Amino acid sequence: MEALYAACVGVLTASGVFLLLRGRTFPVVVGLTLLSYGVNLFLFASGRLSVGGAAVLGTSSDHSDPLPQALVLTAIVIGFAMTAFVVILAMRARGDLGNDHVDGRVPVIDADSEERT
Amino acid sequence: MTLMWIPLLPLLGALVPILTASLGRTACAWATAALPALALILTLSLIPQIEGSSSILAQLDWIPALNLSISFRFDGLALLFAILILGIGLLVILYARYYLSAQDSLPRLYAYLMLFMTAMLGIVLSGNLLQLWVFWEFTSISSFLLISYWWHNSEARRGARMALTVTGAGGLALLAGILLLGKIVGSYELDAVLASGDLIRSHAWYPVTLVLVLLGVFTKSAQFPFHFWLPHAMAAPTPVSAYLHSATMVKAGLFLMARLYPALAGTDLWFVLVSLTGLTTLLVGAYFALFKHDLKGLLAYSTVSHLGLITLLFGLGTKLGAVAAVFHIINHATFKASLFMAAGIIDHECGSRDMRRINGLWKYMPYTAVLAMVAALAMAGVPLLNGFLSKEMFFAETLQQHFLGSLSWIIPVLATLAGVFSVAYSIRFIHDVFFNGEPINLPKTPHEPPRYMKVPVEILVGLCLLVGIFPSLVVGPLLALASSAVLGGDLPEYSLAIWHGINTPLIMSLVAMSGGLLVYFNRRYIYAFQKQFPEFDANEAFERAVRRLVAAAGWLMERLDKVSLQRYLLMMLLMWVVLVASSMLDLVKLTGNRPQLPVDGVSLAVALLLCCGALATVIYNRHRVLALLTLSVVGLAVSLVFARFSAPDLALTQLVVEVVTLILLMLALFFLPQRTPRESRPGRILRDLSLAVVIGGLMGSICYAMMTRSFSTISDFFLLNSKTGGGGDNVVNVILVDFRGFDTLGEITVLGIAALGIYNLLAGLRLFMPSGDADGRQWARDRHPLILATISQSVLPLALLVSVFIFLRGHNMPGGGFIAGLVTAVALILQYVAQGVDWMKERLQLVYPRVIACGVLLSTLTGAASWLFGRPFLTSWFDHFHLPLVGDFELASAMTFDLGVYLTVVGSTLLILANLGQMTTSERPVTKEQD
Repeated sequence: MEALYAACVGVLTASGVFLLLRGRTFPVVVGLTLLSYGVNLFLFASGRLSVGGAAVLGTSSDHSDPLPQALVLTAIVIGFAMTAFVVILAMRARGDLGNDHVDGRVPVIDADSEERT
Repeated sequence: MTLMWIPLLPLLGALVPILTASLGRTACAWATAALPALALILTLSLIPQIEGSSSILAQLDWIPALNLSISFRFDGLALLFAILILGIGLLVILYARYYLSAQDSLPRLYAYLMLFMTAMLGIVLSGNLLQLWVFWEFTSISSFLLISYWWHNSEARRGARMALTVTGAGGLALLAGILLLGKIVGSYELDAVLASGDLIRSHAWYPVTLVLVLLGVFTKSAQFPFHFWLPHAMAAPTPVSAYLHSATMVKAGLFLMARLYPALAGTDLWFVLVSLTGLTTLLVGAYFALFKHDLKGLLAYSTVSHLGLITLLFGLGTKLGAVAAVFHIINHATFKASLFMAAGIIDHECGSRDMRRINGLWKYMPYTAVLAMVAALAMAGVPLLNGFLSKEMFFAETLQQHFLGSLSWIIPVLATLAGVFSVAYSIRFIHDVFFNGEPINLPKTPHEPPRYMKVPVEILVGLCLLVGIFPSLVVGPLLALASSAVLGGDLPEYSLAIWHGINTPLIMSLVAMSGGLLVYFNRRYIYAFQKQFPEFDANEAFERAVRRLVAAAGWLMERLDKVSLQRYLLMMLLMWVVLVASSMLDLVKLTGNRPQLPVDGVSLAVALLLCCGALATVIYNRHRVLALLTLSVVGLAVSLVFARFSAPDLALTQLVVEVVTLILLMLALFFLPQRTPRESRPGRILRDLSLAVVIGGLMGSICYAMMTRSFSTISDFFLLNSKTGGGGDNVVNVILVDFRGFDTLGEITVLGIAALGIYNLLAGLRLFMPSGDADGRQWARDRHPLILATISQSVLPLALLVSVFIFLRGHNMPGGGFIAGLVTAVALILQYVAQGVDWMKERLQLVYPRVIACGVLLSTLTGAASWLFGRPFLTSWFDHFHLPLVGDFELASAMTFDLGVYLTVVGSTLLILANLGQMTTSERPVTKEQD
């Protein structure tokens, strides 16, 4: 199971990083979201995996580790705030700069290749 | 504590001229002089407390944990410099009153002068090297202000910039040197550093330290090859030149050499660096002074030359050499300051400083001429004047060294040669200006200056004479105190007499004087010789060098930095790979010993869903809507993963956040292009893909390695104390609102700030609103479908009830403020979607920023309430109560805290989404300045 979990974290990270390296804002935001899924799962795994562990006291003696859960819970909420901020920033950048490239200007070389394709 | 007031008084004094500006010039000058005069009296009152090389110390704790204190130290050397700084400062204040014309602002000059005085006093009185350095830089800055006093003049601006650049760069070198010194000694306190001379000199870092410190010294004291800034600093008003560029600031470097003499001097390296630099400076300065037609230019080069002389004396490393150096510091300050003032008077009365035009002033201002001539003769080293005495000592010392072995005779010969030029330019100053025919084409008819303008010059020239005739009486005790402070108490035998009999130094003096006369009266041959060389403009060269440096930096930056975020990100990720991979290589075995869980079918299916979703998002990333849908699949799968591995709180949170995120991105996508253009080349795709795979692989490996190893956790503490200390069964929630409540308070604050930031980003945003999608299909006309509206209305009370339920049970069962807040937000957002913004506005009059503020405030107040009970911030309280019908229930302070969390989450989410949604309607939020 651990290997499967780790593979999922790896796939999420790789997908996130690839999208993060794109030149337009929206894929970057999507990549950031994927990456934060991966990171949240990674942080969560630092409490080690347990199936059927008790979430609250008194139901079972086998508890899952609550600390990473508390961390990840706030991370998810803050992650939402960050995604929202970035995407609105992207909108604002497009409104003010007239394009949605991360550098605020469409590079000339890339525009050439666009014509070629 | 008296000691602290000495630099503090001039600092306060910087305000005096500004406050008294309206009282008129004379009153302003007197008022300004009051505080430095008081400081001078304080300084003199401290004399009885020091004896020999002893010192007094005044310290204030600043950052005791870092061993930093504000520390002032007073000894003979500090005494000498404090007298020079304050005494000449007072004279300059008086002089400047008459020097400045009516349209120049006197209070501004005075304020700068006071700041500079503070900085100089700070240098000489500092008991700590770091503190000394701070004042050192402060002199650079205040001298920049003073040189650029006539800021409308481009010469002044350029000169100021050059001085600041050169001395500032030297200051940085000095800082590095001081840091090394501090590392070697283990303390920055001056007493400790001065006591560890042997340790420093034998240390491996000694050469580097010495070079760095000397760079600071040589730039400040205008030593060759850094001397070029001083003549250009002459663009400053003459009182400034008299004060900074002869008596004080350029002496700061010499002061530092004297101060650190016991710690750094006495090695061959010291001798080679210091004495050769000094000798070169002495010769270069003396030679070029002869060719300057500008009165102040001549004096500037002469100052360079004399500074070189003093440096050479320190460099010789003999005790008598140090005494002679200190003596010459005093003498040079007196005669050079008076010469500058005289030059200022001439400039003031003639309107020109060009010696080719100023001639024969003897007839117009005989009194000033006498004063200037006496000072110039002191500069030349004529007997019965102070310059003669220290020059004799200098000549004697050059004879006493044997560092160059059998070639040691070179140094006295070169010293005499410099003496020849020094006499020649002094004679030129006298003969060219006061005799040599009639003035040519002067803007003004010269006459004697106002009475009080001459007083400072009279005092200084009087001192030149007094020291020259009764040396041991006038200056003996001060010289002894200062010299023994330099030498650490070990004062050599010397006699301050005018007549030592006929000896070699006297012969050298006579040679210099007759040679000087000879050179001056045959100067046209030397001028003709010098004319063959192209004129070197240091200013031009300096500006060119600066321009080249800027261009080179620009060229380098262009190579390094393409101003592309993609590139930055690539670099960062590459660095991450290098760092992580290198430490992963050290890990011998990836799999640890922890027993692993078996894979079951459901988990496998979810994992497949998750991976497929992620890959599909990548593959379809250019079709943005599609990518968004696959992204939400991934989000749902993640929430399933949380549910599977016993984290119901996380599963719930992830689920609700997923909903909110999807709505958010959908809304944003409405304003952004629906498609991403295909603009990455195949090579680039391949590069990014490989990097992504490498990083993903590394992350997965780390994750796997971590999960298969056992660990120790601090969570047992939380599990044990959650019920007894926090009163809750849901440990995750108790951690959030109780154990780590302070963190959560921070989190919700950040959440609120992000929401408010978004609110402001949206305000005034103008965006093109597309009427259809990327393929040209029109958006649906039916903005609020009936079925959705009906269902959402019936869902609303249910959803709100659920959120209340989740909130209330949060302490003991999965749930809590975060999740409840998100559920409420989603329920309300659904109403916005179904009914529209206007419809909601009529029914829900909530000002979301206020909701956020209430939430954060409520949580903070809950935390602060524990102060009322004498407990630390955010101490929680809970108890069980019984009510009829309701039964047993628990009340906890954590609940109000959680309520604050709830409110913040609701407020933030709605502020973001409702405002973004409002953008699609005609009612866009606007800022005032935009309209």
